[in-house]
Amino acid sequence: MTEPIISIDRVNHYFGSGNLKKQILFSIHADVDPGEVVIMTGPSGSGKTTLLTLIGALRSTQEGSLKVLGEELRNSTEKQRVALRRNIGYIFQSHNLLKSLKAKQNVMMALELHTHLSSQEQADMAEEMLKAVGLEDRMNYYPDELSGGQKQRVAIARALVSNPKLVLADEPTAALDKKSGRDVVEIMRSLAKDRGSAIVMVTHDNRILDVADRLIHMEDGELESYDLETQAPPERAIALG
Amino acid sequence: MLFAIPLAWLQLKRERMRLFIAIAGIGFAVFLMFVQLGFRDALFNSAIRLHENVNGDIMLISTRSNSLISIQSFPQRRLYGVLGAEGVDKISPIYVGFGLWKNPFWEGLPKSQTRQIMILGIDPNDDVIGVSGFDANARSLIRLEDQIFFDKKSRAEFGPIPAKFSELEKKNELITTEIADRKVTIAGLFELGASFGADGNTITSEANFLRIFTRRDKGDINIGVVKLKEGADLYKTLEAVKKSLPGKYTVNPTLTPSEAREDFVVGEMRVLTKKSFIEVERKYWQNSTAIGFIFTLGTVIGFLVGIIIVYQILYTDVTDHLAEYATLKAMGYKNRYLLKIVFQEALILSIMGYIPGCILASFMYTGTRNATALPLIMTTERSILVLFLAITMCLVSGAIAVRKVQDADPADIF
Ligand SMILES: Nc1ncnc2c1ncn2[C@@H]1O[C@H](COP(=O)(O)OP(=O)(O)OP(=O)(O)O)[C@@H](O)[C@H]1O
Ligand SMILES: [Mg+2]
Repeated sequence: MTEPIISIDRVNHYFGSGNLKKQILFSIHADVDPGEVVIMTGPSGSGKTTLLTLIGALRSTQEGSLKVLGEELRNSTEKQRVALRRNIGYIFQSHNLLKSLKAKQNVMMALELHTHLSSQEQADMAEEMLKAVGLEDRMNYYPDELSGGQKQRVAIARALVSNPKLVLADEPTAALDKKSGRDVVEIMRSLAKDRGSAIVMVTHDNRILDVADRLIHMEDGELESYDLETQAPPERAIALG
Repeated sequence: MLFAIPLAWLQLKRERMRLFIAIAGIGFAVFLMFVQLGFRDALFNSAIRLHENVNGDIMLISTRSNSLISIQSFPQRRLYGVLGAEGVDKISPIYVGFGLWKNPFWEGLPKSQTRQIMILGIDPNDDVIGVSGFDANARSLIRLEDQIFFDKKSRAEFGPIPAKFSELEKKNELITTEIADRKVTIAGLFELGASFGADGNTITSEANFLRIFTRRDKGDINIGVVKLKEGADLYKTLEAVKKSLPGKYTVNPTLTPSEAREDFVVGEMRVLTKKSFIEVERKYWQNSTAIGFIFTLGTVIGFLVGIIIVYQILYTDVTDHLAEYATLKAMGYKNRYLLKIVFQEALILSIMGYIPGCILASFMYTGTRNATALPLIMTTERSILVLFLAITMCLVSGAIAVRKVQDADPADIF
C-alpha cells in the first residue's frame, strides 16, 4: 500500500479571535492517494477553499495533523511552506496569469524556481506543455489577447509543467462556458493521469463530476467521502449548482 | 541570480504610458538637480575666477573686506612695509572699483543703456593678472591715457564689443565709450568671464583707474599682491610678513590650525596665501549668502520630487500586480524575489529617467553658457553625483513601496 499524498487527520480551523473566533472546519479527516482525482463539493461557505489553502500550504494548520507530500504542515515554518508550494500545481478560479508576460513566459515562471533547468530547457518544456493543452499557435500571446478558456488552459499548463505530484484547483471552470469548462477539466484530468499527479478540485459544476475517481462532500465544515466506482453519491452531494 | 524572464523590465514595458510618465518625472527631477547643482558650481567657480588668475603668492586685503564685490581699501604703505620682509621678491597693488558702463552701440530708446562693470587698476610694470589676452603688450597699451582692456566674456548687455572690436580693428579704429562718465577707449580684449558679482570686467592702469574714480585717492588700494623670491619658503615668508606689519596678530578662532597658518590678521591687514584668498571668496558665497543655500535647497527639492514621483509609480505598479504577486507566492516564490522585482524596477526607472534628464541639462548648460557667460559645464563629477542621487532617489522610493508587497497574501487568491 502506497503512502497517501495528502493525509488529513482531525484538522480544525478557526477564523477571527476572541469573541469573534469562529470555527470553520470541524475535525476533518481524509486521505488522497497518488494519482487520484478527487472532486470536492459543498454549499457556499462550507469551508472548501479554506481546506484547499491549508493543503496548499498557503495558510498554517492550527489544529490536527496535515501531511502533504510527506511534509507535516502543523507547526511548519514559512520557509518549509514556501518549499512545499514549489511542488504543488495551483489552478485558480480566475486564471491569475501575469499579464505582462506572454503565454509561454507565464508557463516558464513555474520552472524558474527549479534552478537546475537552463532557460532553453525551460522554454522547451513550456512549449511542449502548451502544445499538450492545444495552444501551440498561441505561445506568444499576452493573456489579454486570449479567451477565458485559453487563459485557463495556460494556467493548467503552468500548474502541470513542473510535473507536480499534486494539483489543487478551486472552481477552475467557474468563469467558463459549458463547452470550454468541460474541455479544460478533461485536459486537466488526462495530463494529470499521464504524469501520475493527484488532483483535488473544488467545483460547483455537477456536469463534470464524472472525471473524478472520488467525491468528497463538505457541509458546515464537516466532510463525507464517496468512492464513485463502488457507490453512488447521495443526491445532495451532486445537486449543487 | 539571473532570471530567464526579466519580469521587472517586462512589467514596466507592458505599461507604456506609465513608463513614459515615470521617465518624464524622473527626467525632470534629474534635470532640476543638474540645473541647481550646475548653477551653484558655476556661481562659485565664476566668483573665484579672478582670484585664481592673480599672479602672486600672498595677498593682503583689508580686514573689513568680505568678498570681491564689497572689497574695502587700505593704505598702500602697508604693502610697502612688507617689501623688506625676508623672502619677498615683489609687491604690486590692485585697485578694484565698480562703475556704470555705457553701451556704445545702444540703438534703443534715447536714454543710454548703462550697466555696472568691474574695473581693475594695476601697475602696468607688473604682470599681476594672468588672463588670456592680457600680456606685456596689453600692459604697455593701458599706460596710455584712458585706454582700457575689456573682457570679451562679459555679458552681452555691455554691447557687441568683441564683434565690433575686430570689425573696427581692420579699419584701424578703436571703440570709445564711458565708464562712470569718463570717456575711455578699448585698446584690446582679454578673457575672464562674468560672475554673479560682476557682469563684466575691464582692466586698466592705476593712473587711468584714478581718472575714472575721481573720488579714489592714489595709494588707496584694495588688494596687495606679494610675490616670493625664487625658492623662498611660503610659511617662513608669512612669518616675516607678519612681523613687518604693525598691530596685533589675531586669527579667526573658527579656523583649523593649518588654515590659520594661511589666513591671519595683523592690525588692520588680513594676510592670505593665494589658496586661502580663493577659499575665502568661495566660502563667502557658499556660507554668507543665501545663494549657495538656495541652490542646495533646489537640489533637495528636485530629489524629493523625484522620490514622490517614483514612489507613486512604484506603488501603483505594485498595487496593480498584487494578485499576480500573490500568485507567485503561492507558486513558491519567496518574498525576496518580489522585493527584488520592485528594486529592479526602481533601478531601471532611475537609469531610464537619468539619460533624458542629463541630455536636457547639457543643452540647458550650453544655452545658458552662451546667454550669460557663466561657466556652466557638464562635469564628469557632477554627472556621476546626479546619477548617484537619481539611483538613491529611486531606491528610497522602492524601499517605501516594497512594504506594499507584504500585502500580497497567497491565501486570498483561491
Ligand atoms: N479570511 C477569512 N477571515 C474570516 N472568515 C473567513 C475568511 N475566509 C473565509 N472565511 C469564512 O469561512 C467560511 C468558509 O469559507 P470558504 O471560502 O472556505 O468557503 P467555500 O466553501 O469555499 O465557499 P464558496 O463555495 O462560496 O467558495 C465562510 O463562512 C467565510 O465567511
Ligand atoms: Mg471557495
